[in-house]
Amino acid sequence: MNEVNQTSAPPLLEAKELTVVLGEQKVLDVPSLQVFPNEVLVVIGPNGSGKTTLLQSLALLLKPATGTILYRGQPVQNGSNLLQLRRRFAVVFQESLLLNASVWSNVTLGLHLRGVEKNEAKQRAQKWLERFGVSSLAHRQAKTLSGGESKRVSLARAFALQPEVIFLDEPFTALDNPTRQALTEDFENVLRETRVTTVMVTHDRNESLTLSSRVAVLIDGRIVQIGNPRDVFSCPVDDRVASFVEAGNHLPGVVTAQNEGLASVDMSGAQIQAVSYIAMATKVTVCLHYEDITLLAPSSQTVPSSARNRLAGKIVKVFPLGSQVKVTVDCGFPIIALVTKRSWEDLKLEVGQTVVASFKASSVHLIPHL
Amino acid sequence: MDLIVEGIVRAFQLLIQGDPQTLKITFLSLSVSVSATMISLVLGVALGTVIALNKFFGRRFVVTLINTGMGAPPVVVGLVVTIFLWRNGPLGALHLLYTPYAMVIAQCIISLPIIMGFTLATIQQVDPKLRLQIVALGASRMQMLWLLLRETRLPLLAAVMAGFGAIISEVGASMMVGGNITNQTRVLTTAVVMETGKGDFGLAIALSIILMILVYLVNFALTTVQQRSKTR
Repeated sequence: MNEVNQTSAPPLLEAKELTVVLGEQKVLDVPSLQVFPNEVLVVIGPNGSGKTTLLQSLALLLKPATGTILYRGQPVQNGSNLLQLRRRFAVVFQESLLLNASVWSNVTLGLHLRGVEKNEAKQRAQKWLERFGVSSLAHRQAKTLSGGESKRVSLARAFALQPEVIFLDEPFTALDNPTRQALTEDFENVLRETRVTTVMVTHDRNESLTLSSRVAVLIDGRIVQIGNPRDVFSCPVDDRVASFVEAGNHLPGVVTAQNEGLASVDMSGAQIQAVSYIAMATKVTVCLHYEDITLLAPSSQTVPSSARNRLAGKIVKVFPLGSQVKVTVDCGFPIIALVTKRSWEDLKLEVGQTVVASFKASSVHLIPHL
Repeated sequence: MDLIVEGIVRAFQLLIQGDPQTLKITFLSLSVSVSATMISLVLGVALGTVIALNKFFGRRFVVTLINTGMGAPPVVVGLVVTIFLWRNGPLGALHLLYTPYAMVIAQCIISLPIIMGFTLATIQQVDPKLRLQIVALGASRMQMLWLLLRETRLPLLAAVMAGFGAIISEVGASMMVGGNITNQTRVLTTAVVMETGKGDFGLAIALSIILMILVYLVNFALTTVQQRSKTR
């Protein structure tokens, strides 16, 4: 299950047989998880899947019921060792959690607690406030800041600590879209520059996808899939992961033929083809990204050569989404396609009319039901 | 009506002339109540914080007890302290009854639950996530406690004001354990009771005004500190 793609270096942080129990319920059950030096590990999962619990366990803020955390190969023990290790980490929570003091004393607080020499602390605070574009706010009271400003200060506070590992718990969730985009960009640049080992949890699959070296999917307290982002998003291992990571169609089907990596699948009467080695007669879930479907007018002769699949159906619903249009087509089963506004307008079609949904065999991902 | 005017005039005469008796009473009032407040502040904040941050068996009972203590009648406290300090009482050997020390002890017992209760409520109101953030920043246990108190300094000042207000104006306990002895344990409140009893309303009013001014000045000072750190 633990696909390791950085076999060169030993893990910096490692969890073994980690379980966390809350009341009667086991909220986290992670037999093994490794964090490698300089990687950005993004843990995604729906609300209540145990992401925060996992993050806090790894950051040594929460005592697990069982299991061991190893840092640089050494098991973490209680007592002063714990404090010393915490002082090598930094944590950014979903809320900014600034203390009721000036921005400057918020950013220097952690440095003082860690015994960083005064001049050094001053330089670092200055540098990171600048890096996150909030040095002009240094003398403001933290509670007078806006949401975005507070977030920047809390990030500056974390990076000023020059941690060996930085943990982030849904850091951008509470922000509005423009604020979030601007901040994500700055944050990504900082990560790229510092190459600090990062563990981030989020319920938003779109968050920081560009940076993540690996993505782990946490569902019901268990890591059900871990690997490089492309694999996780294009080849989810089961229905639960698929329905969480993919903005796509998930439809039932049965493999009716297998021809050297090209499977024919029967979907309620309609035949499609998919690139897959799954054996004949296997029941499968057919996963198809909304964006991977092209809509064609029934009369259209120009068919993309590689698009092996063509399903005709009636348009049942049209829902504009900014620059895109979400179209639901009834082909005996509902298929949702996301097309650009422009191509939708070119089709000149309306609800009730017939359209052809076309997609490549390689766009189809099949999940076998075992 | 003359009575009141006479009282007010008398009060200013006493203040301006610097009547040694009045000054002595005022000074004792202040020093007993300030000492008691300081002691309760240290104990109350420490105990309140410990109770707020820890789970233990019987916690609810203890918290209820503190909350009850916040409204404890001073005469009951006075009675208990008197019994303990009585010549044959458990602490009789200390010979503290009818001394300012006995008054400090009684006032401590009155103000301690108030400051503890306020501290408890205040610390419990701090977002648990903020505590986690402080730990994550690398705070040791003592550093965390210090930062928590710094974070809650405004409501804690309110606790000090409430505690001080309760004991500077308290009369029952001071009367019982102090005895209202001239030049030794007479404070403003016990003097007011006595002068009123004697029918010397002028002096009673004068002492009351001094008491009110005193309470006002102390609260003014604390409020200034509180509001300044709020807007700074």
